[in-house]
Amino acid sequence: MSQPAESEVQSFVLLRLGERRFALAANQIAELVPPSRVFRFPHRTPEVEGVIVRRGRIVPVCDVGERLIGKSLKSRRLYLIALRRYGAQAEWVALPVTGECELIKAEMSPASSEDSPHVAGWLSHAGDVIEVLNLNALTPGPFDMGAPAPMAAAEEARP
Amino acid sequence: MRPAPPAKQGAARTEQIILFRVGGQLFAVSSASVQEVRSVDSLGGSATELSQPGLRKVRHIVRRGGKTVYVVNGAMHFGLPATPAALVFVLRGTGTALLIDGIEKMTAMTRLQALPKAFCHEERQWYRGLTSLDQSVVPVVAPEGFLTPEEMALLDAALQSEETPEAGADEEAERTQ
Repeated sequence: MSQPAESEVQSFVLLRLGERRFALAANQIAELVPPSRVFRFPHRTPEVEGVIVRRGRIVPVCDVGERLIGKSLKSRRLYLIALRRYGAQAEWVALPVTGECELIKAEMSPASSEDSPHVAGWLSHAGDVIEVLNLNALTPGPFDMGAPAPMAAAEEARP
Repeated sequence: MRPAPPAKQGAARTEQIILFRVGGQLFAVSSASVQEVRSVDSLGGSATELSQPGLRKVRHIVRRGGKTVYVVNGAMHFGLPATPAALVFVLRGTGTALLIDGIEKMTAMTRLQALPKAFCHEERQWYRGLTSLDQSVVPVVAPEGFLTPEEMALLDAALQSEETPEAGADEEAERTQ
């Protein structure tokens, strides 16, 4: 006798960008931090606005507003610090968000082939259908992550 | 959830660096990689202008011990507003020199953080990493990152084509004597 498949309820963090809400898997989130000074220096990755310093680490600020809502968030914002995977490694990235975030439990419907690459799935919450974000597709990174790089050397260069 | 913490070091190792400005922006370079610091004025006599440089950011060369050193305009390289360059760093073992606005100070860094992987374009060649100094974050430049091998080959070819007619003229003069 087969048993019905159990629904997989997961934890998500709901974030707000302008008037829209999005979700990220809670296990990808480190913390929500208040506005910090953004340090800028020349570079050629347009999705990266600059860096902030958090707990002694230098964390890139990836402005996902342009891609998700068509405009950047320039003021009165918090930073959601999320863990972005690069092959076998992971690094923090800071995502500017408009306001407080909310932790919820929900069941995610997987994305279809017609969804954008940055959509990991969909969930329903309080009458809204909310996009669950795929951080790897949403934030920039090296194009070829097939070959795993050594952990320590990439994580920390030493003088 | 956090990424793996950086490896602990027994005793903090330091590296002497020079903080300098290009186009008003602060950068750092390892002092060990700077062979010579010259004023632009003092370089004037020994610098040769390239008539067809091929690269906008390289207009001059300097001869150093029989070797050609390409002088890179730092502001153009980084896409920063042009500012009057006052100094030149001759970068050790790279065949390049860098035009800069000026030196801010010399100091030491105890930690160099690898450039976050979110930075995924040319800046990965430009910088060794980032360091926190005086409540600020400063990119530490890679001396070999100012000219790619392709750019160097382009400049070498341009230089050769400039020098070849002269060499030909010299031979002609010898034959007529």
